[in-house]
Amino acid sequence: MVGEILMDNENILEMEVSHLRRRVGMVFQRPNPFPKSIYDNIAYGPRINGMIKRGDMDQHVEKSLRRAALWEEVKDKLHKSAFDLSGGQQQRLCIARALAVEPEVLLLDEPCSALDPIATAKIEELLFHLKDNCTVVIVTHNMQQAARVADFTGFFLMGKLIEFDSTEVIFKTPKVKATEDYITGRFG
Amino acid sequence: MGAQTVPTQLRHFDQELAQLKSKLLAMSALVESAVYRSITAVVQKDRKLAEEVLQNEARVNQMELEIDDQAISLLALQQPMAGDLRLITSSLKINNDLERMGDLAVNIAQRAIALMEEPMVQIMIDIPHIGALVQSMVRKALDSFVMRDSELAQSVLASDDAVDNLRTAFFHELISFMQREPTHIPQALNLLSIVRNLERIADHSTNIAEDVLFYVKGVDVRHHGEALLRHKEPRG
Repeated sequence: MVGEILMDNENILEMEVSHLRRRVGMVFQRPNPFPKSIYDNIAYGPRINGMIKRGDMDQHVEKSLRRAALWEEVKDKLHKSAFDLSGGQQQRLCIARALAVEPEVLLLDEPCSALDPIATAKIEELLFHLKDNCTVVIVTHNMQQAARVADFTGFFLMGKLIEFDSTEVIFKTPKVKATEDYITGRFG
Repeated sequence: MGAQTVPTQLRHFDQELAQLKSKLLAMSALVESAVYRSITAVVQKDRKLAEEVLQNEARVNQMELEIDDQAISLLALQQPMAGDLRLITSSLKINNDLERMGDLAVNIAQRAIALMEEPMVQIMIDIPHIGALVQSMVRKALDSFVMRDSELAQSVLASDDAVDNLRTAFFHELISFMQREPTHIPQALNLLSIVRNLERIADHSTNIAEDVLFYVKGVDVRHHGEALLRHKEPRG
């Protein structure tokens, strides 16, 4: 492997993995809650890291669930299994779990591809609020989603970054022909 | 089993639509004011009012650019459908009509100043009357957009004939006047221009009313398509 991945000018390939995982949260394509209660899914990370005092954990769990726009739906069943939730709720639980360790960066790998349109809309709406406090990076094949939610968009093709710019520029006046061909559907 | 209903939610996009509408309303207010001032400048020979219209033109033009840019961004980034799509495309067209109305108000203001610099003559054309009709059409067209009122929009379409008839009558009178008193042709030509510009403002108001009907009812009534309205169920 050649090259560097810099975060705040630090090469993450040289960083201690557990330290990196505190700073960068990850949400996967398919929801993957822990086989635990809703509460413990959220509390697990902060507990292991010793981040939150025991007396403050309830408040911290609530805050994380509110940030993921899930609190109102689960507040009366925090000790039920996470698997009792719908797909969209499980995915928001995974987002809340990632947020619970207060990362600087949140990575989401096609977070809505396994979800129905209503759940997708809820998650896209919550991403708008998350970007106030944390850098959010999404990988998506749904370019309309990128257009709707992202401030900046990068177009990759065959492993190469073709163009990176503000979302407005990419979707209104892309500078590279390959980008224009892709977003207008004249590709492949 | 009854149809399942899904609660609607306010989206970030709804805020952006509201901003677009708000900007368009601000532009409407500017243009309505320009039309009013330009007509009043003619009727009351008020140079200050005429000059205000000229000074405000740059702001109207700037707003046209901002609204177009915002509407195009919404189309590119939000993939609007149905009513949202009709709102945005109608806004683009209404924006264009408003800017043209602003230009016509400037033309009237310039003719008003020219008239003030020439000796006054008595010509039997009722500028206050046609001016009031046109202002009423402008107001109703813009109100129909604000209130999504298709009946009000239709009333604007119905008013256009009255303005056209007045324009035709005034043109005849002005042509007769110029034949009788060729030394006062400059004044008559200024009035001819004012009447022509007023009639064009009325036409732009009907354009806006047609765009409102498309936005609210999804029906294209341009080029005498009003009959289509009778076959459409009213939308909520």
